[in-house]
Amino acid sequence: MSTTSLDARIPEGPIEDKWDNHKFAVKLVNPSNRRKFKIVVVGSGLGGASAAATLGELGYEVELVTFHDSPRRAHSIAAQGGINGAKNYRNDGDSVYRLFYDTVKGGDYRAREANVYRLAQVSVNIIDQCVAQGVPFAREYGGLLDNRSFGGAQVSRTFYARGQTGQQLLLGAYQALARQVHLGNVTVHNRTEMLDLVLKDGQAIGIVGRDLISGEVRSFSGHAVVLATGGYGNVFYLSTNAKQSNASAIWRAHRRGAALANPCYTQIHPTCIPASDDFQSKLTLMSESLRNDGRIWVPKNPSDTRPARQIPDTDRDYYLERRYPAFGNLVPRDVASRASKKEVDEGRGVGPLKNGVYLDFADSIQRLGRHAIEERYGNLFQMYDRITGEDPYAMPMRIYPAVHYTMGGLWVDYNLMSNVPGLYVLGEANFSDHGANRLGASALMQGLADGYFVLPATIGDYLAPQLGTEPIATDDPVFSEAEAEVDDRVRALLSVNGSRTVDWFHRELGKTLWDNCGMARSKESLERALADIPTLRDEFHKDVRVNGDGESLNQSLEKAGRVADFLEFGELMVRDALHREESCGGHFRVEHQTEEGEALRDDEDFSYVGAWEYTGDLANPTLHKEPLDFENVKLAQRSYK
Amino acid sequence: MKVTLKLWRQEGPDTKGAFASYNVDDVSPDMSFLELIDVLNERLITDGDEPVAFDHDCREGICGSCSMMINGRAHGPELGTATCQLHMRKFEDGAHITVEPWRARAFPIIKDLCVDRSAFDRIVEAGGYITAPTGTAPDANLILVPKEVADAAMDAAACIGCGACVAACPNGAAQLFTAAKLQHLNLLPQGQPERWARTVAMVDEMEQWFGSCTNHGECEAACPKEISLDFIALLNRDYIRAQFKQRRLAGQKN
Repeated sequence: MSTTSLDARIPEGPIEDKWDNHKFAVKLVNPSNRRKFKIVVVGSGLGGASAAATLGELGYEVELVTFHDSPRRAHSIAAQGGINGAKNYRNDGDSVYRLFYDTVKGGDYRAREANVYRLAQVSVNIIDQCVAQGVPFAREYGGLLDNRSFGGAQVSRTFYARGQTGQQLLLGAYQALARQVHLGNVTVHNRTEMLDLVLKDGQAIGIVGRDLISGEVRSFSGHAVVLATGGYGNVFYLSTNAKQSNASAIWRAHRRGAALANPCYTQIHPTCIPASDDFQSKLTLMSESLRNDGRIWVPKNPSDTRPARQIPDTDRDYYLERRYPAFGNLVPRDVASRASKKEVDEGRGVGPLKNGVYLDFADSIQRLGRHAIEERYGNLFQMYDRITGEDPYAMPMRIYPAVHYTMGGLWVDYNLMSNVPGLYVLGEANFSDHGANRLGASALMQGLADGYFVLPATIGDYLAPQLGTEPIATDDPVFSEAEAEVDDRVRALLSVNGSRTVDWFHRELGKTLWDNCGMARSKESLERALADIPTLRDEFHKDVRVNGDGESLNQSLEKAGRVADFLEFGELMVRDALHREESCGGHFRVEHQTEEGEALRDDEDFSYVGAWEYTGDLANPTLHKEPLDFENVKLAQRSYK
Repeated sequence: MKVTLKLWRQEGPDTKGAFASYNVDDVSPDMSFLELIDVLNERLITDGDEPVAFDHDCREGICGSCSMMINGRAHGPELGTATCQLHMRKFEDGAHITVEPWRARAFPIIKDLCVDRSAFDRIVEAGGYITAPTGTAPDANLILVPKEVADAAMDAAACIGCGACVAACPNGAAQLFTAAKLQHLNLLPQGQPERWARTVAMVDEMEQWFGSCTNHGECEAACPKEISLDFIALLNRDYIRAQFKQRRLAGQKN
């Protein structure tokens, strides 16, 4: 197992030439040979759908596995605000270099320069590609594309489709995928969940999936496996992720040898609707784009009970504008979130549970008119009204930070291949581009960059030498053994017959993590979590109750498998947070902060990617370090003042 | 609040289903309708019963997974609202609420409230796309799209594919879904080259699965994204025009 080696395979040369040089250097598969290769893609969000469609277009045989009933339902669909592209259509000084710089800086200098530069480079192609597919981006009256600005940037480089950008981009990728299904290049296996990764002689050769309707456990074999299975934010139970988003695919790959990098980097999004009661099943995000026109404030006096509209300006504290005059309400997410937490912790929170801050549109409505605000955010305002029963045109929204995105994920090299040969990881499931904090409108960009442009250009390097080999047959012992293990796990969950529901355990785990490994972490809190999680995990396996059988649709059983994996994953996340004795981006250790309460990095000791190897003992994973070299961007304390 | 649910339970596609009645106490007005089912399910599990199976995911009205007939109406009483965004404050204390799965021949029941909506994917696969292989696109601003056109295309593209239109239709027709998917692309300049072939392919595929449209308009009323019936008129117009436009061009051999 300790053969794990982390060679990032970053190409030589100046940063602006690396990607071109690399594309020339890698091996290719010629068009007529591509149909001889089979690729298994897991996940149908932006990364998975765009990869499957593009690999199909290139001529590869693709099998796409998704637990959704239709690829179009993947959680990318819920992204609201937009997608960045370094087009400089606004003539406001944007460039590939600036997007690269903003992303590295926004990520608090914990991302790989070469990957980020490439991301910024292909961002322009993504916009072109999506427009050609018919994505209905917002337009100016002259017919040209419109842009908006987003947190962490001083230029307007974000393309958007009302407040439904993720939906429209996913539909674009899904339609491209549908075309490949029609042409017979891609086969979609819906309502099928990946439950294990299968290796032979150290190489990824397929997966084991479970048909969620019939319960049948079966294998999918290919020359390479691509995971695009999203992030692990639901480990916190309450998050803005869709209810079914889970970490099982990456956790199962991790248990088979894939290194998991930086799991402690979790992003808490500043603008979500605060929880209303104990039954809350998830939190709803209000797009960050709202911060363009909304002003964030709390009453200066914690015991002010007047309705928001009756509190005069002099009694309000626009704390972001006060503390960060240059960026104001548009500071990056981690900075905005911690600032809200401070206000609420100090008793200035608003709403019945005093668990939020105001996001106020009164000034913008006065300046631009209600119609303009409606055009920009109409559907978001409607969504807010529906959930809270309050009209944001008449009174300010109440918002509070919530878990939203996870920067950590499976470790990948420049080709997006993990340390397990033949296993590729795309989108939020990998760790590569956002460092310790992701900028707004960059998740959609990364998912599509990986799927449309990066993977299709790099996968040939791995496949070409395999020309002439067949995928391993699914009756090979490696497959039947993995299937048997999956069967055993399913049966074990069904046979506990305990007294508590899966959701109960999930909620407990979530509380432990949010309290101890959430927006602020300390050695003490993390050690507390490390004591609690294994106990909860043991209790789960002794006392969980899953009714029904494994031979038909059983949603409790599905959840039980995912929560079992979260209970293991959560421990690694805490261990990672404990080992990283610095604050950076979304990882804030209270022991490491500046006098003003900002994150204090330790570049001397922690300028590396922390990639964990599974050893069979959850209490003793092995840490591998990939040093981060910054040749282009000068490391500095982030300042958004 | 307290409510009584009369809920459709069905073990599998081939078994006979029936209504079961459940009282749920301690309902908070701030709960969503799906959270109500969550609470019921927690109790059923603890009592040793099988929880109610239902499709759901994003719970913010965009993934299109949730699919319940509530008191005979797709997604319940609120206009422009998916089940996940329907909150209990819209119901009276003590209300009796009937909950059923989508009712349509093209959407067979899988279990309880889950149905199989793959027929929608078949319609899109038949032609609901623009052929633009990755890498071939010109600069995005070379394609001018008048704002009104982009806005209209977006109105159609807002469809979440939930199937409420079909469930609400007395004929089980999928005209509103198909029209939304079709007109999103047919309205845009990028969609023109394949417009007529796409129209015929998608409509013909739709006809394989779904009933016929008789302009009832129930679909528009049920649509959580309030997609306009006008798109069906545009679909019909395009379908007729396609019969003429599909002709071979003069001088073309095949």
